[in-house]
Amino acid sequence: MAEHRTDSTERGTDTTGRGTDTAERTGTADPVPTVVVDGVHITYTVHGSRGGKGSATSALSRIVSRRRAVPGARRVHAVRGVSFAAYKGEAIGLIGSNGSGKSTLLKAIAGLLPPTEGKVFTRGQPSLLGVNAALMNDLTGERNVILGGLATGMTREQVRDRYAEIVDFSGINEKGDFITLPMRTYSSGMAARLRFSIAAAKSHDVLLIDEALSTGDARFQRRSKERIAALREEAGTVFLVSHSNKSILETCDRALWLESGTLRMDGPAREVVAAYERFTGGRKK
Amino acid sequence: MSGARPSVPAYVRRLWSRRHFITAFATARLTAQYSQAKLGQVWQLMTPLLNATVYYFIFGLLLDTKNGVPDFVPFLVTGVFIWTYTSNSVTAGTRAISGNLGLVRALHFPRAALPIALALQQLQQLLFSMGALVVILFCFGVHPEFSWLLALPALALQSLFNTGLSMVFARLAAKTPDISQLMPFVLRTWMYVSGVMWSLDKLAGSDRLPHAVVTALQYNPAAVYIDLMRFALIDSFTGAQLPPHVWAVALGWAVLVGVGGFLFFWKAEEEYGRG
Repeated sequence: MAEHRTDSTERGTDTTGRGTDTAERTGTADPVPTVVVDGVHITYTVHGSRGGKGSATSALSRIVSRRRAVPGARRVHAVRGVSFAAYKGEAIGLIGSNGSGKSTLLKAIAGLLPPTEGKVFTRGQPSLLGVNAALMNDLTGERNVILGGLATGMTREQVRDRYAEIVDFSGINEKGDFITLPMRTYSSGMAARLRFSIAAAKSHDVLLIDEALSTGDARFQRRSKERIAALREEAGTVFLVSHSNKSILETCDRALWLESGTLRMDGPAREVVAAYERFTGGRKK
Repeated sequence: MSGARPSVPAYVRRLWSRRHFITAFATARLTAQYSQAKLGQVWQLMTPLLNATVYYFIFGLLLDTKNGVPDFVPFLVTGVFIWTYTSNSVTAGTRAISGNLGLVRALHFPRAALPIALALQQLQQLLFSMGALVVILFCFGVHPEFSWLLALPALALQSLFNTGLSMVFARLAAKTPDISQLMPFVLRTWMYVSGVMWSLDKLAGSDRLPHAVVTALQYNPAAVYIDLMRFALIDSFTGAQLPPHVWAVALGWAVLVGVGGFLFFWKAEEEYGRG
């Protein structure tokens, strides 16, 4: 079973060596590693997607046998041996085509998806900006702010204190009293803004953002970039998954390029994005 | 940190620090349930009342199960509501992890918060049903008495039992999603043998079934909690209809399943993200 530890003594020394070039760029004399990913492999086992219909007997054997790796169940190898180290104050962009394992890797860093092989060491608690899962479309924005805040681990008092700040930041109330309407009545942009505002209200040691900035209008995108910059200063390390090379370039100073689960390139955002653009053969903006 | 399983005391502490999330999640689920309906929250009361009507129509009027049971309507309705609490807790438990995988994969919190919140949602729903029950009891001439206070310990023990059971099925169904397909059949069988619509006490009188079977049926947790509630609320349901040592048995089931279910769930804490 893979481990996920917080104590600094356990941090693998071999992997920190790989990140020295990036450490120089952060400008600090003694860079503090916040996340060390050491040879991580992640495999999913998927039921019900096998070739053929799956007979009743095979379904029965699936229930009876208690092992996870039932012969015939499909295994998806999403991340294949990725290693890198991230330092305090860095903003790291993760790029790669669809299905290259970016989101899976983020979940492994957050400790939400245990790696099948390899280790992830972290300083502090990494949190995924994934509050959307806790929100309920049938409830009003107001109640979702409270529910989402509690879900991210804020206390009741913290939620009460930051409530106004969250609503203001989301800009939901700019066009009328929308916060008291159910979330299902929101446009997708409005909902995304509220989600980001709730999740970003708390300061994090390591913040992992998965495609959060792609929605929302230009004004909100600018505001959320400022918020991410502020979070970087408070906290330490920010990871950003995005298909927008532009927002990677604007927000991140370092980028990792994943392709089919392997780390293809790791370096300054500008160089990695340029190489990725050449690879995809088009100038995406 | 969250990749490894914390010790039981640490886990309980973490769970306690998330108590506001648990209650907020339960209430949110309850409210969201009827928010699309025009009558809105009125359904919280209407659903149990309509359920009771259906059962009364079929078992009381058509099949005439009431044969020999005094205060049949209160008897039936209490049985149905208390049974529904346990049955819905189990059903909710099977979907606690598998239905909230997004939440499990996105946020850090002790996973037991999910089955506990869902069991709490069922308790809240039961309290609405109990409100409806009081109305029904009044209509059928059962009046409040001090013995009604016995409903509180009975409900507390049942809640502990239900939460434990919900956690057991949360873990089982997280590993084997097929469990949730199987549960309706198991639950229906359990309902019919627990004396929800008829009096188990009648079986004890006849010689049709071996004594051991009757005893097993009477001491099965669902029957114990249902009969305790009937004993508390309905005058004509006397202590003589309860099996001996019934409170001890109720406590035993609650502690065994409540604590055992919690430990069973905690054992797999770090694996729930995998799905």
